Amino acid sequence: MMPLTKERTAELNELCRRFRIDVLKAVHGIQSGHPGGSLSVCEILTLLYQELLNVSPEKADDNDRDRLVLCKGHAAPMLYRNLIEKGFLPKDSLGTLRRIDSLLQGHPSNHIPGVEMPSGPLGIGLSAAQGMAIGLKLNNSTARVYAVLGDGELDEGTVWEAAMSAPKFGLDNLTAVVDYNKVQLDGTTNEIMPMRDIEGKWRAFGWNVLRCDGNDIQALYGAFEKAKNFKGVPSVIIADTVKGKGVSFMEGKSGWHGKAPSDEELAKAIEELGGEN
Amino acid sequence: MAKAIREVYGTVLAELGEKNKNIVVLDADLSGSTKSGIFGKAFPERFFNMGIAESNMVATAAGLSTIGKIPFVNTFTAFLSTLGLIATRAQVCYGNLNVKLGGAYCGMSDAFDGATHHALEDMAIMRSLANMTLVVPSDAASTRWATQFASEHKGPVYLRLSRDVYPDLYAEDAKFELGKGAIVRDGNDVTVIACGLLVHKAIEAAEKLAQDGISVRVVDMYSIKPIDKELILKCANETGAIVTAEEHNIYGGLGSAVSEVLAWAGAGVPTEFVGIQDTFTESGPYKQLLAKYGVDADGVAKGIEKVLKRRK
Repeated sequence: MMPLTKERTAELNELCRRFRIDVLKAVHGIQSGHPGGSLSVCEILTLLYQELLNVSPEKADDNDRDRLVLCKGHAAPMLYRNLIEKGFLPKDSLGTLRRIDSLLQGHPSNHIPGVEMPSGPLGIGLSAAQGMAIGLKLNNSTARVYAVLGDGELDEGTVWEAAMSAPKFGLDNLTAVVDYNKVQLDGTTNEIMPMRDIEGKWRAFGWNVLRCDGNDIQALYGAFEKAKNFKGVPSVIIADTVKGKGVSFMEGKSGWHGKAPSDEELAKAIEELGGEN
Repeated sequence: MAKAIREVYGTVLAELGEKNKNIVVLDADLSGSTKSGIFGKAFPERFFNMGIAESNMVATAAGLSTIGKIPFVNTFTAFLSTLGLIATRAQVCYGNLNVKLGGAYCGMSDAFDGATHHALEDMAIMRSLANMTLVVPSDAASTRWATQFASEHKGPVYLRLSRDVYPDLYAEDAKFELGKGAIVRDGNDVTVIACGLLVHKAIEAAEKLAQDGISVRVVDMYSIKPIDKELILKCANETGAIVTAEEHNIYGGLGSAVSEVLAWAGAGVPTEFVGIQDTFTESGPYKQLLAKYGVDADGVAKGIEKVLKRRK
C-alpha cells in the first residue's frame, strides 16, 4: 500500500481549509444550515471525492463509477463544495444554497448532478448504499460504494437493520464511515443516547471495524485502503472527528449543529482558518 | 375460473424474471405468503430475503434501482405502507426511482390476524406521495397486466394485492391502460366505482338490484393514480349518482379520489362511500368481516339504495 505523498496530503489539507471557509460563507449567506457536521466531515468527504472515488462529470452515467451516499444529509454544503471542485456543479453555485429556485437543496437530492441518492431523513442511507453494493456485485462491477453516516444517526434503528444485512450479503465492496464527532443536536451523543462500545457493536454485526482520526487525511487514507483490501464482509471506519473542526468557538459545541454564524462570527472563523474575509 | 391474486402475482413475477434479468425481488420474511418465493425459487441469485426489516428493504431497493435493477419489494400491505414509508417517501418517490412495491394482503384479506394486519390506509398514504403510481388489480388478468406494467413503467409503482381468490372478470387477452377504468357492467340509474374485491361485490349487488328494476353501472377503477377523470365525469353525468366501494377506510382512498374529480369539475352528484367507516377492525372469518364492516354485496346494495333515495 502506497501512502499519500506529503505533497498530496498538503494539497488536500489546503482544499479542506478552503472548503471550510466556503461552506461557512454559504451557511452565513442564507443564515440557515448545519456548520458543525459539515466541518467535522470535511476531511472524510474531501479525501473521498478529491482522491479516492472514481467519479467525474464526464462519466456521470458510467456503470462502473464509485458511489457515495451522504447518509448524514445535513452536511450537504460540504458535499456540494466537493462536487463543485470535481466539476459537477458550477463554481459559483454554493451561494445559491437553500435559496428559492436553486438547485442546491438544504439536503441532497439526486436531481443535483453528482448526487446518487436523496438523503436527509437519517437512518436509511446505509441501506440504500447496501442496495447499490448488491447491484454492483450482480453486475460483476469492481466499483465501490461509500456510506457516510453521522454518529447521532446511529440512534436510528434502520442503521442496525442494514448493519445486520450487509455482512449477510458479503458486501466487501461497501465501506461505511461514521463521522464520530460525539455531538448531536440536543447535546453530546453520550447525553442523548449513549453509544457505549461503538466498535464492538459493528463487530458483533459482522463488520470489519477500523478506527482512525477522521480529521487526519493520512490516517483516513490508510483506513480506506485497508477497507478496500478486506474481503468477505463490509468494513466500517469509526472516524474520530471534532464537531465544528477548525473553528475554535464551534468545536465540540452542539449549539453549532444547525445554527448559522453572524457577521462577526464568520469573520472570526475565516480569520482562524487563515482565509481572507 | 377464480384465482388467488397472490399466486398470479408470484407466478407472473417469475415469468417476467425469466425475460428480464434486471428484475430483482426482495421480501421481509414473508415470501411464502406474498408468493415472491416463486421468483426466489426460480432465481435465487436475484432474490433477497431482508429479514423482518421493511425500512431496510425499501431503502435497499432504492439503491438497487440506481444500478439499473428493477426491484420488486414485497411484504404485507399493512407493514409496507407504514414501516416501509420513510424510504418510500424520501428515496423512492422524492428520487423518482424505479422501485415497485407489492403490498400483499390488502384490506381485511389477512382476516384472522386482525386489525393490526388489516391494511385500510395504504391507498391514502401511497396516493399522497408525489411521483407514485397506484394500481389495484381485480382479477387474474388485471393482476397479470399490473405486474407486467410495473416492470415496464419507469418510476415508483405501488400494487395493492390481495391474499384472496377473486373470480375472473376479464378475458385473458383484455387490454388495460394506466389512467383508465373499465365499465364491467352497464346501467343507467347509478354508477358504482369500485376497486379490487369490491368490483365483484358491486356486480353481485347490481345483479340483485336488477331484479327490482334498478339499473346499476359498475366501474372497475383499477388505476387509482392517475385516475380516469373522464370516465368518472361521464358516469356522473349519465347516471346522476355515484357509489364508491373499496376495502379501505372511506377517508383518503378511492372514494376521496373520485370526489376530488367531481369537486374539481363542479360536477358533484349525490355520492355514497362504501368502505371501512373510519374504525379499526377485528379478527374473524373473511366473509363475516366483510359483512360486519359493510364491504360486501349487501353493503354496496345499501349504498346504492341510500344514494338513490337522496337523489329523489
